Formats: sequence, structure tokens, C-alpha cells
Amino acid sequence: MSSEVTPTSKPVKTTGLHIGEAEPGCRKVDPILIADGVTRTFGGLKAVDVDHVEIPRGAITALIGPNGAGKTTFFNLLTGFDKPDTGKWEFDGRSLAHVPAYRVARMGLIRTFQLTKALGLLSVLDNMKLGAKDQSGENLFRAMFPFLWRKQEEEIESKAVELLTRFKLDAKQTDYAASLSGGQRKLLEMARALMSDPTLVMLDEPMAGVNPALTQSLLDHILDLKSQGMTVLFVEHDMHMVRHIADWVVVMAEGRIVAEGDPYTVMENPAVIDAYLGAHHDSDLGVTDTEHVEAIKELIDDEQ
Amino acid sequence: MIDWIQIFSNAAQELISPTTAAYALAALGLAIHFGYTGLLNFGQAGFMALGAYGYAISVLSFGLPVWAAILVGIGASVVFALILGIPTLRLRADYLAIVTIAAAEILRLIFTTNTFEAITGSAQGLNGYKGSFAALNPIPKGTYGFGPFQYNEYDWWLRILGWTVVVLLALLTWLIMRSPWGRVIKGIREDEDAVRALGKNVYSYKMQSLILGGVYGTLAGMIFILPRAVVPANYQTSLTFFVYAILLLGGAATILGPIVGSMIFWVLLSFFSGFISRAVEAGWLPFMTQVQAGQLRFILVGVAIMLIVIFRPQGIFGNKKELAFVK
Ligand SMILES: Nc1ncnc2c1ncn2[C@@H]1O[C@H](COP(=O)(O)OP(=O)(O)O)[C@@H](O)[C@H]1O
Ligand SMILES: [Mg+2]
Repeated sequence: MSSEVTPTSKPVKTTGLHIGEAEPGCRKVDPILIADGVTRTFGGLKAVDVDHVEIPRGAITALIGPNGAGKTTFFNLLTGFDKPDTGKWEFDGRSLAHVPAYRVARMGLIRTFQLTKALGLLSVLDNMKLGAKDQSGENLFRAMFPFLWRKQEEEIESKAVELLTRFKLDAKQTDYAASLSGGQRKLLEMARALMSDPTLVMLDEPMAGVNPALTQSLLDHILDLKSQGMTVLFVEHDMHMVRHIADWVVVMAEGRIVAEGDPYTVMENPAVIDAYLGAHHDSDLGVTDTEHVEAIKELIDDEQ
Repeated sequence: MIDWIQIFSNAAQELISPTTAAYALAALGLAIHFGYTGLLNFGQAGFMALGAYGYAISVLSFGLPVWAAILVGIGASVVFALILGIPTLRLRADYLAIVTIAAAEILRLIFTTNTFEAITGSAQGLNGYKGSFAALNPIPKGTYGFGPFQYNEYDWWLRILGWTVVVLLALLTWLIMRSPWGRVIKGIREDEDAVRALGKNVYSYKMQSLILGGVYGTLAGMIFILPRAVVPANYQTSLTFFVYAILLLGGAATILGPIVGSMIFWVLLSFFSGFISRAVEAGWLPFMTQVQAGQLRFILVGVAIMLIVIFRPQGIFGNKKELAFVK
């Protein structure tokens, strides 16, 4: 399924992102996000244990790793949706420790969720408008006087329609978001995130559950973000997609960063194959294992 | 023989009664909480009690003028909303439900206990606070009206004022719910984490919603006591559930729903109670006493509401399309 998916034009890869050896925690020429000693335990389980990681600015970075590696938890910690036990992390030179999620978003770090959060009983257009920043009509007292916010509302609306057109959702504007397909909701969530002109977009499994016909356009949209100057950090299972669009790959396993590198060399790293095999080698073969076997096959394919 | 004209004319009077207005306003407050924001406030009776006691105590114990007494009631409910909201609005939705239901009961018990009898009148409640309100009445003495709606100047003053407040706050609600503020509020109802991820201070919006809807409840409590006395037994949890019944009857996320819902609720209640008590008198229900019959009207209203909800689950004004997506 995934092997037919290739971006329409061959994307231009950004190179020369790191300083020194491409190893876990290596320094970047221009990092936008830096995490240091971030840990989070659930009961006895150390879900995240990241010594040091830097995300390069202006590039597309993929965060990969087997199920349960701690990718989503790490996303939650970075964006203020969860609190780490220890550690510090900064975005654009500003510390994010103890910054609530909504402030993180206002600073320009916008995320999406693995389980899509379209606001079902709002129209598609309202979903989009909600994404815009600094709306004066969002103040209760000004809300009572439409003439105070009508002009801004019109600007927001035209921006929303423009984005919806780009994401081919403009025909659905007035429909409830709940009526969209899973893939369309992913698109809507991504488009909504762009309403605030973020500098860093973090996408948690943007392709999961998306019908293959839409994967293509999602990939193109992610590449678009980069060409517009945004930085992208995304979680993905499909190695082919990662290889096609990522400039840099960070591999997580059991909460730790086990490898880093450009998408071609990182997949030759034995630590990566270990990560995928190691995660489940002592359990029965289940659905997730088939997924992992698939991933490893892709890795090996790629090396040949 | 049953006097049907009397039963219908009594029922019709409920359409514009101040009690109907009070319940409509309390339900509109719950529409903000529950219908638009998704907050489970089960303590609307507490907000209403604060309006009733805040007003009556201000007038009786402190001799405040009408406007100041109203402000005291509003102030009390803002403080109450903050006390309820600060610890719970960061937690899961059900915590607010538990805390509000308990806090409203605590308020009622404080108003009932003998300890503060000098101020609250304990179980007897309060009386004699209507003078300054009646003195503001511009309507000359006399009886006015047509058909079943014949009232003296005080009763008209009460109705006009009560319904003016309902109409103004309904307009205000309509205005803010179609603004960007309302969009954030409805977004929070759908998924608060998504709204947080878009840079909105969800906690602050939930607090604003809790306060605003609570103030509606407080004003409702003031309208409620103008045709009667303040009696603590009126502010039991069942009051909150009647207001919820009205809200769901009319449509939870609508403006007209709470108002029309309240009218239907009170007209039905009056109709059934008139019908049953006369039916008992006429010997139609030989197995029942008048006291039992008094309870039967609530059962019949309950059945009527159930039927409406079964055949129109989105409420009278609710949007049918929304239901297609309710999981
Ligand atoms: N809220 C939670 N409570 C307990 N354990 C959790 C919680 N969230 C995640 N975990 C555990 O932490 C580990 C990492 O999960 P997650 O971050 O979702 O992994 P990934 O996104 O890489 O698949 C898993 O073992 C998961 O079961
Ligand atoms: Mg995950």
C-alpha cells in the first residue's frame, strides 16, 4: 500500500543540519527545539527518558520508533499537555518548563493529535476560524459588540477559506466536522493548525488511518510547510514516507533516543533494527509485530 | 362537573408568570453551562438561592436599595462560581458535577439551620422585602388585562420586569454565542484539549462560562421570590433537575429552547394539577386522596417530557442534524 506513495515531485532534502557525528543527541547547526534530561514515568514504567535532543530549524524531522516507544508522551511533554518528572526544554531560545499548553501554542509551537480532535459539532469553517490567533472577539466583553471584531472576522474567514481550498475541503465548509472522513479530519486538523502561522508544527501520526488516496496530498502538504519556512516534527510508522519527506530522523525506543541521522543512513543503523525487533521479540506475534516486521523489511529493502 | 375553562385559563396564566420567567432564565444559564460549554453544573439551585437570599437579606438586614441588593446577589454568585470552579475546572467534567451538587446542598442547609436564624429566618425563610421593589412600579393602582390575564399593578410590574430581563439576557446570549467567544466556548464542549492546542486559555473560558450562567441563575432566583416568600425548601436539588428537564425539553444548545421549555413545563404542570385535583373532587379517581393527587401531576409532567424527548430527542429547538453525530 505504502510503496505506491511518492510525492508528486521529488522533494528537495535539507542537508548539513548537524554538527559532528550523527549520533543520538548530536548538536544541530540551528536548533529550534532543545530538550535536556526530560523524563516521565507512569507507575514503574519509564515512558520517556531523553538525555538530549535538538530539532533542526526549517527542516522536516521524523520521530520514529515502535509502538509504546514514548513518542506521543514526548510530544505531550514538549507541548505542555503533560508534565515531566525532570528535565528542561526550550523552544526558540525560550524555556518551556511550566508553560501551560495554550501558551506554548501561542509561542508558535502547534501540535496535532494521534487521535484526531476535529471539533465535531462545529462547522468545518468554524474549526478553522478557531485556529486563528489574537482574536479580539474572543474576549467576552468585546464579543457583545460585533462591530469591534467583524472586520478581523472577515480577514480570518478569507484566510480560512484559502487554506481550506488548498486542502480541498472548501466544499465542506458548512458541514459539521463530524461528517468528514477520518482522512479529511486529519487534513482539517492540520489546516486548522496553520491558521495561527506557527513556526514549529508537530504532527502525531498524520497519516494514520488515512485513505491512501489522501496520503499523497498529506505528504505534499507537509512538504509545503517546509517550503513556507515552517519547521516540522512528525511521528510516522511508514518508513517509505519517512524516507521520502524527512530531512532528519530521530529514532526512539523504550523512551530513549537510540539513533539519529538523515533518513538514508539512519536506517542502516543496527540500533534501529534492534529497536524494532527488541520491542517485541519476547512476545507473541501480534498485529503490531506484523507492522514492525513490515517496517524492518522496508529498512532492509532500502539498504539493497 | 369539571370546570375546563378554569383549568385552561389557569394553565394559560403560566405562560407569562414570573415563575416561568425565573425558570426560563435559570435554564438559559444552564444552556450556557451545559449546552454550549459542556459544563455539568448540578448546582443551579444554589445560584438561585444566592439570588433569593442575597436580595432579601440585603434589603431586610442591611436596608440596601434595590440596585445594591441585586449587585450583592450577583457578587455572591460570582464568588460561589469561583469557589466551585477554581478547584474543579482543571479536572475532568464529572468533578464539577459532584462539587456543584454538594455545594448547592451546603448552601441550602446553611440557609435552613437555626444558627443564622436572625438573618436567614431558618426554615421559615424570609418575607417583607418587596416594598422597595414595589415602590419603583410606574404602573398606577388598578387591575388590568384581558381574558385569563387579569392582574393588579404589582403583578404586571413583576411580569414586565421579569420577562424584560429574560428577553435581554436571551439576546445577549444569542449575541455572544455567535461571536468568536462563543466559538471557543463551543469548541471546549467538543474537545477542550484541541482548543488548548490552538492557544486558548480553556480554564479561563470555562470559568467565564460558569460565572455567566451562574449569574443568570442568580437573577432567576431574584425574580422567583418576588411573587412569593423566600423558603429554603424551594432550593433542593430537585429544582436543578426541573431546570435541566426544561433545558432538555427546549434544546440544550439553543436560546429559545429554555424559554419555551419553561412555558411548556409550567403550563403542563398547572394543567395536570388543575385537572387532577378537580378530577378527585368530582370522584373520578376514588382511589386517591388530594395529597396523592398533588404528586401525580409531577408524574404526568414527567411522562409528557419523556414523550417529547423520545419523539424529539434534540429538544424542541435543537438541531436534528447534530444528533446524527452523538455517539
Ligand atoms: N497516561 C498514561 N498512563 C500510563 N501509561 C502511559 C500513559 N501514556 C502512555 N503510557 C505508556 O507509556 C508508553 C509510551 O506510550 P506512547 O508515548 O503512547 O508511545 P508511542 O506514541 O511511541 O506509541 C507506553 O508503554 C504506554 O503504555
Ligand atoms: Mg503514539
